[in-house]
Amino acid sequence: MQKGRLTFSNYVLAFGLLFLYLPMVLLIIYSFNESKLVTVWAGFSIKWYMELFSDRQLIAAVWMSLRIAFMSACMAVVLGTMAAYIMVRFGRFKGKTAFSSMITAPLVMPDVITGLSLLLLFVAMSQAFGWPAERGMMTIWIAHVTFCTAYVAVVVSSRLKEMDISLVEAAMDLGASPLKTFFLITVPVIAPALLSGWLIAFTLSLDDLVIASFVSGPSATTLPMVVFSSVRLGVSPKINALATLIILIVSLVAFMAWWFARKAELKQRQQL
Amino acid sequence: MSFNINKHNLLRWIPSGRSFIVGIPYSWLLVFFLVPFIIVLKISLSEAETAIPPYSDVFQYVDETVKIILNLGNYLFLLEDDLYLAAYISSLKIAFFSAVFCLLLGYPMAYAMAQASDKWKAILLLSILLPSWTSFLIRVYAWIGILKNNGLINNLLMWLGIIDNPLPMLNTNFAVYVGVVYTYLPFMVLPIYAILTKLDNSLLEASADLGAKPWQTFLRVTLPLSKNGIIAGSMLVFIPVVGEFVIPELLGGPESLMIGKVLWQEFFNNRDWPIAAALAMVMLVILIIPITLFHKYQAKEQES
Repeated sequence: MQKGRLTFSNYVLAFGLLFLYLPMVLLIIYSFNESKLVTVWAGFSIKWYMELFSDRQLIAAVWMSLRIAFMSACMAVVLGTMAAYIMVRFGRFKGKTAFSSMITAPLVMPDVITGLSLLLLFVAMSQAFGWPAERGMMTIWIAHVTFCTAYVAVVVSSRLKEMDISLVEAAMDLGASPLKTFFLITVPVIAPALLSGWLIAFTLSLDDLVIASFVSGPSATTLPMVVFSSVRLGVSPKINALATLIILIVSLVAFMAWWFARKAELKQRQQL
Repeated sequence: MSFNINKHNLLRWIPSGRSFIVGIPYSWLLVFFLVPFIIVLKISLSEAETAIPPYSDVFQYVDETVKIILNLGNYLFLLEDDLYLAAYISSLKIAFFSAVFCLLLGYPMAYAMAQASDKWKAILLLSILLPSWTSFLIRVYAWIGILKNNGLINNLLMWLGIIDNPLPMLNTNFAVYVGVVYTYLPFMVLPIYAILTKLDNSLLEASADLGAKPWQTFLRVTLPLSKNGIIAGSMLVFIPVVGEFVIPELLGGPESLMIGKVLWQEFFNNRDWPIAAALAMVMLVILIIPITLFHKYQAKEQES
């Protein structure tokens, strides 16, 4: 009977994975479709990819998104690591409950609320101090850092908790300053978590439509905003081609990150 | 922890360094997370105006006195118009059933993953994570081509001769459920898996030794011990889905009225910022209980 239940959950797992992957596989197949009608197969073709690469507006949006995502991920890793360190190592301090609430709330907060509230903040700020004068890259960056920090903090704090504290104590006993101990001992140990935190923040920023739509101005259009407006106009094979590229690139990067993180972890386990 | 700090007079540096390190992320979150909600509250109490920005000022300085004019009209308007109430109820309903469907599908998946060998665990975990890293928008978009009247499911069913006329699936609540379960499933699987994989197997063996049938062990040992994972997963699905905009906009129809979509329209189409702010405020009040529940789970995780 133990076996019977096991197969049931295994079946559900197989079904769930099929459910997760089938739509993406179909999208990839149909991106090579000659026909303009998305669901009628008319032979293999890469013409939609060619059309994609000649779309100036789209390529500009890709660069904008990549730049914002890169800068957001870097800042989110710095802030998120600090937040995680505070949560795990600092013990109790005044305002810790408020701090931990603010760090976990962005994980679940609906995008429309975050987007609207940040926009209203920026409008109020520019009225009060004249900054930010214009909404665009800067305001999207601030918004993305704010919600990505929460994800980085979760990833890094779970790694920090697993870390052997005696290494830190030994370094301190040997006379290293807290700062030196942090960079020479803690950072190398939690490096895989920092990398995966960075990648999560990068993909979250790259993916965000709702918050960016609220806080961006005419000067900044991100890739999801372009995709969303063209999807609204109807299904086009060009979007299939774009989707395929995104899926393949992200999968490749995610797989590589996972591979390196796993290798580093196994090596560390062997050493300890 | 012991410190050896006499040499460089670091003692004086540490407390200030400590508050400095707390100060940076703390002030970032205060300014960009907490203060915005206070501003939303303020604007929800103002009046819509045709100005830039399009709302009246709550604090007015007239004849050397500061007048605070709070306009409750936006909130009363939300009560008067059936549309908003219907949107809130429909959002809560869709979020609730989505969480239930994700749980029914996600729990067995997490269970099977936790039972797998270490090598398989790593592969399965990556397979669950990978879709949530690829674009959310594109995964929602993929379903349009599948659910359309001349889409894959209808074509297949008609080719098989099961149906003669296409089933209307796109632009219905059914499509919204499919889209939501599809995109939020990993958020349910991961916390449950995290708990199940840490579960002490000796407890299950003890239960079996004491004569419990496998389903009894499951119901009375495994399920209660995974309670926190279930709560966390359900909240990770329920809370964002209440405010969901993209899925009802792309897959839903006129019947799938959701509060996130209404807020978006009030803001971008009607340019009524105070009403949008009031909608967000009420949504936040509704979500306080589930957010507190999620925070409690996170705090417990931090302690363990």
